[in-house]
Amino acid sequence: MIASIPFKARDLKLYKLYIGLFLLFLLLPLVVVVVFSFNDSLFPALPWQGFSWTWYFGDSQPKLGLLHDSRMLRSIVNSFWVACGVTVLSLLMATINALLFVRFEFKGKGLLYMLMQLPLVIPGVILGVSILVASSQLANGLEEAIGWDWPWLRPGLVLVVFGQASFISAICSLILIARYRRFDRSLEEAALNLGANNWVAFSTVTLPYLRPTMISAGIVSFLMSFENFNTTLMLVGSDSPLTITMYERLREGSTPVINAVSVCLMVFSATLALVYLGFRKDAQD
Amino acid sequence: MSQQRWQFYFLLTPFLLWIGLLIIWPHFNMLEVSLTERSWTQGDSFSFKHYLLFFQQSLYWNTYLRTAWMAILATFITLLISFPVAYYIAKVAKPRSKLALLMCCLLPFWLSELVRAYGWMILLRESGIISGLLQAIGLADAPIEMLYHDATIILGLVYSGMLFMVVPLVSSLDSMDNSYIEAGFDLGGNRWHIFWEIVFPYAMPGVVSGCIIVFMLNLGNYLIPNLMGGKDSLWFTEMVYTQFITRFNWELGSAFGILLLVLSSLLVWLALKLSGQSLSTTVGR
Repeated sequence: MIASIPFKARDLKLYKLYIGLFLLFLLLPLVVVVVFSFNDSLFPALPWQGFSWTWYFGDSQPKLGLLHDSRMLRSIVNSFWVACGVTVLSLLMATINALLFVRFEFKGKGLLYMLMQLPLVIPGVILGVSILVASSQLANGLEEAIGWDWPWLRPGLVLVVFGQASFISAICSLILIARYRRFDRSLEEAALNLGANNWVAFSTVTLPYLRPTMISAGIVSFLMSFENFNTTLMLVGSDSPLTITMYERLREGSTPVINAVSVCLMVFSATLALVYLGFRKDAQD
Repeated sequence: MSQQRWQFYFLLTPFLLWIGLLIIWPHFNMLEVSLTERSWTQGDSFSFKHYLLFFQQSLYWNTYLRTAWMAILATFITLLISFPVAYYIAKVAKPRSKLALLMCCLLPFWLSELVRAYGWMILLRESGIISGLLQAIGLADAPIEMLYHDATIILGLVYSGMLFMVVPLVSSLDSMDNSYIEAGFDLGGNRWHIFWEIVFPYAMPGVVSGCIIVFMLNLGNYLIPNLMGGKDSLWFTEMVYTQFITRFNWELGSAFGILLLVLSSLLVWLALKLSGQSLSTTVGR
């Protein structure tokens, strides 16, 4: 608070009440999801039927728990692999972009820098749809012209990886570029003076400097990929990632197993978020 | 020097391939498809047919305008709710509770949008918590359906966008020197004047960037209108999805996609022009 101009006691109380209500609004939906994952009922709704772990560990229908729900488990595995692919691709592109835009001066740099950020202002649904159109046309064209059939150009997990990476790589690039801009180039020059070649100078001086930021950017892209829905929806084939499976379940009529998955996601995201904060602190020192 | 040129092209090539193949080419491809008329007897030909159809069918352009209007309304409400919160975090809260508050705002956004929407569904539906509570305390004598209204869509959008409004606002208010506000008081201003003439203008970059990001997220949202809106509360991204995936009418779907892209670019451009900001200062931070 600005000490010289305090609020009146009554105003400050009202203000705090507002903040309290805001926090309630923010957290209420999440609390409800957690609480009802333990309700021993077929529906995530009142009345409360008593505490139970059945939606996590239950092994018989109709209260089949998450651990025995093979469709849900398979989609978690799918999401995991997609997120790994997206993270690797995005970090690779982000490193390339950081080197390109921080180290080099060239004609049209401003324009290319804008192009790099372009995916961030395109709605996810449109990104997905445009990639769907283009890859299908390419696949059809290849098949007609030379008889090649490339199944990965059809909707499926590979296309999902590329669709998600198209905008997640832009986010990673911005994070890495911001960090690389603060790098003291004379450190690299010193390595070169001491007889290192370009690659050695890069991998022993620059890369260790960027590493904490790369790890936190990697965590961001993993999480964003894991929870992406819009782009994924347009590109998904017969194997679906977790968000798509959850969405289909919701449409069929939900059981608390969705709550159980959500709680696991919360724990998982919170853990990664803490790790992320740790590395971000490292990156700022 | 030649080695440096070689390094430059080594970095530029993957960047151009990435942006070209995943962003630019697919969008031009989509534009081309939207301008094609397929015919079994005469082959493909150039045509504005699908765009004309959009203007002829009132359902289509009504949904278009409705989506734009509701996205703007939700953005405005988000700003209204977030500003006091951001001001509290930046100027009123003590350092410790400041961090805790910011973490509370961040928490829901490490989670999938699906989980957040699901939480609201449990709360608001006919058999939901709020309806049950109202009956329990005697304010209602029959279950109330609070889901599936336009207002619920707005609620869901406001909830989803909150963080992307609060963070830019906090960061622009944080950088503001308290002595500006003190000077305003010394010169005889009251809180109302000081807010409109000092605080709000100073936070303008944060306001614009928050509004642009939230607006784009709202416009491109698929899950919230789909899960929380009723059968007749159509959203434009749902129409794109229907044309592509259900109807398999890719030409009309592409035209819709291009129209959505035009709408979002136009409104973002307008917001930037009116406020005198540039894209890189708002999105690229």
